[in-house]
Amino acid sequence: MKTLRDLLRQKNFMFKLGIVICLAWIVVAILAPVLAPHDPNLGDVTRKFLAPSAEHWFGTDELGRDVFSRVLYGSRVSITCGLITVLISFAVGVFFGGLAGYVGGVVDDIMMRFSEMIQSFPPLILAMVIAAALGPNISNSVLAMAIIWWPNYARLTRSIVISIKQNDYVTASRVLGATHTRILGKELLPNSVGSMVVMCTLDLGNAILMFSGLSFLGLGIQPPTAEWGAMVSAGVENSNYWWVSTFPGLAIFSVAIGANFIGDGLRDYLDPKMRRSNS
Amino acid sequence: MSQLLEIEHLNIRFVNGGKETEVVSDLSLSLDRRETLGIVGESGSGKSVTSLSIMRLHPDETTRIKGAIRFEDKDLLALSEREMQDIRGNKIAMIFQEPMTSLNPIHTVGKQIAESVLLHSKATKKEAMARARQLLELCGIPDPDQRMKEYPHQLSGGMRQRVMIAIALACDPELLIADEPTTALDVTIQAQILELMKAIKKDRDMSIIMITHDLGIVYDFCDRVVVMYTGEVVESAPVKELFAAPLHPYTEGLIGALPRLGQPTERLSAIEGMVPDAGDMPQGCHFHPRCPYATERCRAEHPPLTTLPDGRQVRCFRGKGEQ
Repeated sequence: MKTLRDLLRQKNFMFKLGIVICLAWIVVAILAPVLAPHDPNLGDVTRKFLAPSAEHWFGTDELGRDVFSRVLYGSRVSITCGLITVLISFAVGVFFGGLAGYVGGVVDDIMMRFSEMIQSFPPLILAMVIAAALGPNISNSVLAMAIIWWPNYARLTRSIVISIKQNDYVTASRVLGATHTRILGKELLPNSVGSMVVMCTLDLGNAILMFSGLSFLGLGIQPPTAEWGAMVSAGVENSNYWWVSTFPGLAIFSVAIGANFIGDGLRDYLDPKMRRSNS
Repeated sequence: MSQLLEIEHLNIRFVNGGKETEVVSDLSLSLDRRETLGIVGESGSGKSVTSLSIMRLHPDETTRIKGAIRFEDKDLLALSEREMQDIRGNKIAMIFQEPMTSLNPIHTVGKQIAESVLLHSKATKKEAMARARQLLELCGIPDPDQRMKEYPHQLSGGMRQRVMIAIALACDPELLIADEPTTALDVTIQAQILELMKAIKKDRDMSIIMITHDLGIVYDFCDRVVVMYTGEVVESAPVKELFAAPLHPYTEGLIGALPRLGQPTERLSAIEGMVPDAGDMPQGCHFHPRCPYATERCRAEHPPLTTLPDGRQVRCFRGKGEQ
C-alpha cells in the first residue's frame, strides 16, 4: 500500500496525465450506455455519412450509425482485448525468455528457434489461421493474438536477462548460495521488468490495431459490434468522409499514449536511481 | 587433516571452440584454520581463477578442472550443485573487487544483507533484518538504520565495500575469500577497509585468502604468501621471510618494484617485459625471458616446485636457500 502511495505521489506530470487518460477511458467503457446519445448499432441508411454536427458530434458512418456512440462503446471491446492480449504475451514471454536467457546453451537455442518459428510467419496471417481454426469469436481471436505476440516479449526479456546475467551482483548472489530460481526471480527479472513494462504500454496501441485487422477479415469482433480498429478500416475505405476513421483513430492514439505515459512513469519508479524522494 | 582447505594438483583449462588453454597448472596449496594466506601475482597469473574455482563458479561447458579442492575434508569438485549452494555463503564467503557493481541496484542495502541470512538459516524476516542492522554496525557504517533503507547508488565505494563485507560475514563463514577487495578504492578508504578486515580477523575464527597484487597489503595483513606467475606457484613462504629474503627472481622483482616513500628515485623500477600469453608459453622456465639470472638450463628445462628444509617452496633452479 505504501508503495502505491509513493507511486501516486511522484512529481511526474506525464505519469499523472497518463493515469487521468486511462482512468477516463475506463469510466467511459463502464458508463458507455449512459453516455452514448444514440444506439451504437442502430443506423438509418438515409442518414449515412453525415458530417459532424450538434446531433452527431462525430458524424455518422456508412450505415448511418452515430460515430460518437460507437467510439464510446468501442472502448469496451478494444481496450479489454488489447490489454488481455498484451498481458498474456507479457506473462508468457517473460517466463519463456527469462528461462532461455538464464539457462543458455542448447536450451536457449531450442527455445529461441521455437519462438522464431512463430515469428517467421506473417503475423496477421498466422493469427488468422489460428482464429479460423479455433472458430471466430472474441476469446479465440484474443488467444490467437497472444500466440503471435509473445515471442516479442520472449526475445526482449532474453536479451535483457543475458546482459544482466553478466553483472557482478548476480555472481555475488551465487556466491551467497542462492539457487537458480532465486537468482532468476530476485535478481534478473526485477531488473528487467522496467523495460518490459514500457514495451507493454507501447504495444497496447499496436495490439488494438492488429486486432482490427482480424476483425476486418471477419475473424475478430463480429459486426455490428463496435470496435475501434474495425471502425478505422471502415473509414479508410470511405476516405472522402474523414470523420469516420479519424475519431476512432484518435481514441486508439489517446489510449496508447496514456498507457505510454504510465509505462514511462512506472519505469522511472521501478528504477531506484530515478526515484526522487526517499523513505 | 587439520587443514581447513587443501588444494591438490589443481589444473584449470579454458575450452574455447576446441582449443584448450591452461590457465592454472598443478597448483597445490593449503590453508590452516585462522590462517591468512595472500595470493599475489600480476593480472593473468591465475589467482582469481583459482579463487573462483574454490567456489565452483566456472561454467562447466567452458572449463575443465582437474585435481582436488578439499574443504573440511570434502572434495568440493565432487559435490552436487545443491550441496555446493549450502557451502557458498554459509561456509565460504567471498568479497569482490568491484563494490560498485556487486550490489543489486534495485534492492535496499538492508534487504540484500538480510537475504544471505535468510538463505542459510531459518530466521524470520524480522530477525534477518535485525541481524543485517547489527552487521552494518559491526562493519563501521554510521547510522545503520538509515543506511538499511538506502539503495546501493546512494552509497560511496567504501561504504559499498563495507556492505559487501557485511554480506559476506552474515553467516559466519569458516573461510573468506577476498578478491582484490581494495583495488577499486581510494588509498585512504583502502586503509579503512583493511583496518576493518583486520578487526574482523581478530574477532572471529576465520581463515582468509587475500588475493591481491599489492605487496603492501600482503605484508600488512597476511601470515603466508603464495606468489603466482602464469598459472603456477613460483614461491610460497611466510610473509616475514619472503620479504626478508625472496628466493624467486620474480618475487625479488616484485618487491624491488615497490616504490618507497622518502627515497627519491629517478624512475620506478619495474620487471622488464610482459607476462607471456597463456597460449604462447616460453620453453623451460616461464619466467626466463624476464629473468636477470636466466641460464641455458632455464631456457631448456621447466623447474619443479622444490620444498626447502624450512618449508618454503620455490620454483627456481637458482634459489636453493642461498641468496
